[in-house]
Amino acid sequence: MNIVVCVKQIPDPASPGALDASTNTLKRDGKLILDESDSYGVEMALQLAEKAGGGTVSLVSMAPNGEVSGLRTALAMGAAKAVLVSDPALRGSDALTTAKVLAKAVERAGGADLVIAATESSDGYTGTVPEQMAELLGLPSVTFAKKVDIAGGALSVHRQTESGFDEVTCPLPALISVTAGVVEPRYPSFKGIMAAKSKPVDTVTAGDLGVTPVGWAGANQQIVGVAAAEARKAGEVVEDDGEGFTKVVAFLENLKVI
Amino acid sequence: MAISTIWVLAEASGSTPTSGTLELLTKARSLGASSVAAWIGGDGEAVAGALGEYGATTVYATGDLGGKLPGVAVSAAMAAAIAGGTTPDLILFPQSYTGRDVAARLSVKLDRTVLTNNFDLAVDGDSVTVTTAIFGGNTLVTSSFSGAAPHLALFRPKSFAAESAGGGAATVVAAAVPDLGATGGASVTAVHVEESTGPKLDEADIVVSGGRGLGESGKYEMIEALAKLLKAAPGASRAIVDAGWVPYSYQVGQTGKVVKPNVYIAAGISGATQHMVGMKGSKHIIAINKDKEAPIFGIADLGIVGDVHKVLPKLIEALQGR
Repeated sequence: MNIVVCVKQIPDPASPGALDASTNTLKRDGKLILDESDSYGVEMALQLAEKAGGGTVSLVSMAPNGEVSGLRTALAMGAAKAVLVSDPALRGSDALTTAKVLAKAVERAGGADLVIAATESSDGYTGTVPEQMAELLGLPSVTFAKKVDIAGGALSVHRQTESGFDEVTCPLPALISVTAGVVEPRYPSFKGIMAAKSKPVDTVTAGDLGVTPVGWAGANQQIVGVAAAEARKAGEVVEDDGEGFTKVVAFLENLKVI
Repeated sequence: MAISTIWVLAEASGSTPTSGTLELLTKARSLGASSVAAWIGGDGEAVAGALGEYGATTVYATGDLGGKLPGVAVSAAMAAAIAGGTTPDLILFPQSYTGRDVAARLSVKLDRTVLTNNFDLAVDGDSVTVTTAIFGGNTLVTSSFSGAAPHLALFRPKSFAAESAGGGAATVVAAAVPDLGATGGASVTAVHVEESTGPKLDEADIVVSGGRGLGESGKYEMIEALAKLLKAAPGASRAIVDAGWVPYSYQVGQTGKVVKPNVYIAAGISGATQHMVGMKGSKHIIAINKDKEAPIFGIADLGIVGDVHKVLPKLIEALQGR
């Protein structure tokens, strides 16, 4: 069973995000880390491959600057290899272009019985790339999977809905997007971290994959304005001296909701 | 050429369209289009009245999907209609599970960009612009579509107010779903609805949410008790949903529900970007958190710097005595 996991390397969410003033794209020039949302997909892939009695777990990723530190984290968890599409021309790519590039990268990785992605990235969160990839690869898909099993060559998935969940069956090959919390991601072991250093990362350009045009040239959208939102002002902040709850009661009384 | 035809992806439970659907129809009819049509992956007759009332003149309906997921089926039906010569200028989708799937599949079929997470839309002649909020809502980015129509855009719930147009029932037109081949392989075998009592999270006048600061899952009972006393809906941060303390349907935030209640009470929630996106539109915000540096205090109208395990029991007791 060969599984390809889409992973994104993003700026550390703990540090405040910023836009490049000249291009209005997210600044991604500092150190990039593995998007935590993707660690669930990596763990799910490792567990499913093991359950299926073996197979290769590969990674695909796209980054404008050749960054690999996030990929190394996923390799340290246990993935075998990665395809990194790194190309300055990718800067400014929209979700559709990203999906085109990653779909080709899946083929470059040798194809897959199952493609796994997070439901959305933590930094851009368009949330359309997995389903766009499924369409490009001609695959059935189940998005927002919160429980996944494989039996008899088919997936059995609990898919999140607005009011609960659906049980969905889906034949392989297929693509799924998994929610955070679907499995508990393992921490890379020391041995895993050492092994990851020598695992193969196949670095290619968008052109190598035959995807053109990319970046701003491929996006049928233009950013026409960036503005600061009207800031919500902080109100009264008080230290609880044991009577803090009375402030809440008074606030609610004042609004006539109690 | 100005905008002439707008499609809206409709979602419904039985004969009741979702509020997001009605918000988009209301917005669509305000843009001066000569025709506003709705699409539904399911029975058109059931929703023709409600969708017509909010401004749809036509409902394109696939009929029962027979267990197929709507993303792949409705996008294929839309693409087939467009290939047949009916090209709208603009297609509006709710930012929901189904909305994202349909828009994503359709964007590939039509080779069009798709812009997500928007909360505003403007049309000026040929120019269509949408606005999204990033960095937890403190920066607004407006983008225009530069390719050929149709333009595809998704909108977060509560971006627009839903207002009845007093229209009669929409005309139902059957929309055929073409052969989906391998892409149609997934099928729904069972539907589970998670029961919840009290008001709905996205409709409640008051929302009480708990986060990691509660310390352990059992302490969520305090949130439920407080919510019950205030006739509020209980909510949660992503952290405790991921930890399995409460179901996903409780989650407020970027990947959960967007709420705009009269009063939002955040207990033991620090205020991650992910969470603030879903609740900063609340009219009044009360935050209780022991870390005085927590970002949630930056947007709260009343902040109590204190331990939720001490403040909440006293608050509950005080309200019980009323």
